[in-house]
Amino acid sequence: MTRMHDMGGRFGDGPVRPDAEDAPVFAEDWHGRALAVTLAAGALGQWNIDTSRHARERLAPKDYARFSYYEKWLAGLATLLVEKQVLRAEDLAQTADGGEGGEGTGAAAVAPHPLAARALKAADVAAALAKGGPADRPSEVAIAYAPGDAVRCRRPGGNRLVDGGHTRLPSYAVGALGRIVRVHGTHVLPDSAAHGLGEAPEPLYAVAFAASELWSAPEHPGDEVVLDLWQSYLEPV
Amino acid sequence: MPHDHCDHPHSLLPPDPALRVKALETILTRKGLIDPAALDEIIDTYQNRIGPANGARVVARAWSDPAFKADLLADADPLLADLGFYGRQGEHVVVVENTPAQHNMVVCTLCSCYPWPLLGIPPGWYKSDAYRARAVREPRKVLAEFGVSLPQDTSVRVWDSTAEVRYLVLPMRPEGSDGMSEDELTALVSRDSMIGTGLARKPEAPA
Repeated sequence: MTRMHDMGGRFGDGPVRPDAEDAPVFAEDWHGRALAVTLAAGALGQWNIDTSRHARERLAPKDYARFSYYEKWLAGLATLLVEKQVLRAEDLAQTADGGEGGEGTGAAAVAPHPLAARALKAADVAAALAKGGPADRPSEVAIAYAPGDAVRCRRPGGNRLVDGGHTRLPSYAVGALGRIVRVHGTHVLPDSAAHGLGEAPEPLYAVAFAASELWSAPEHPGDEVVLDLWQSYLEPV
Repeated sequence: MPHDHCDHPHSLLPPDPALRVKALETILTRKGLIDPAALDEIIDTYQNRIGPANGARVVARAWSDPAFKADLLADADPLLADLGFYGRQGEHVVVVENTPAQHNMVVCTLCSCYPWPLLGIPPGWYKSDAYRARAVREPRKVLAEFGVSLPQDTSVRVWDSTAEVRYLVLPMRPEGSDGMSEDELTALVSRDSMIGTGLARKPEAPA
């Protein structure tokens, strides 16, 4: 039921290797290019952030494990471009030589793409990044919990609308007892929005869990983990 | 499972990742779907304009102005918008304060969520499997790998960024910084101190 990205609490990954604070933002030039291509393609408006996260998460486990961070982004982008029919698989196949071959007669010979009018222009980048994409929405679902209330994460976890679908309930918190520490208002439900099933906004909370509730050998009796969880992920206690 | 692929589109692209990006950029440009100049602009923004200096400015102001700090902890978004720090991956920000009793630390176990308008693009370690897997289960061992050791009577609260809310840690103002101006204080605010894997820098002793 789980996917490779759901790795909170996993053993065996070795030490964290901090970088210097002044290390380059992009360790390789292609990293920045991968980020920029992904953001610019997202601006075409054919998918949302939940769809794009799910595209990375459903990479084959062996690909998820071997790909570096931005390789996962590129693979997710290739999936979405084909699935959303922005490009055809043949378009990608033509690029196998690095994009230098293919339609050799150049841009002028290519019929305009129906989405070309939506292409993000350099002059609009600053405004597009500043505008962002807020996730709060009005909702008809009443807020059921207040700070201090005890709640339990539902069991089993996983997406209840689409088997194997996107969810933001990490498996390490499934079934755990916590308490509400903050009400964030009502937000788009990723489990629905990732699959084209509508935004289905509902209340979102910050929920605190004692480390001893999550781990068999917690480091310290006072430690806690806080997760942001949607109301439908929770049950009253 | 409905959305899994047997024919992975990425396998149609060149194996070398730098060539894979180039291939996608080329085909999308040829179809008029992206503008390479827009890509340059995005890269320049996150390489040179939006980064941890923004978050440091917020922290230094909170250290200097108790009313600002109280408002920031209660509802950060309007104040951050006023400072020009609203934007992509920072639409809903919560600022959490470190105290002698509680140390806060931020992770995204499911992907790499991070407050871009305040801290820029996350460093490699933040996106690494080791940090994502371990920060929630053994934060004190992870902190030790950053050279941070907390007193036994300080509890650790780890914030796993599972929604579109982004967390910024307000580190404790270091001893010896009394009387420093807001501008001087920004130099004490490291990126890692705002993620919670570091502490604010101590001021250099006067010569």
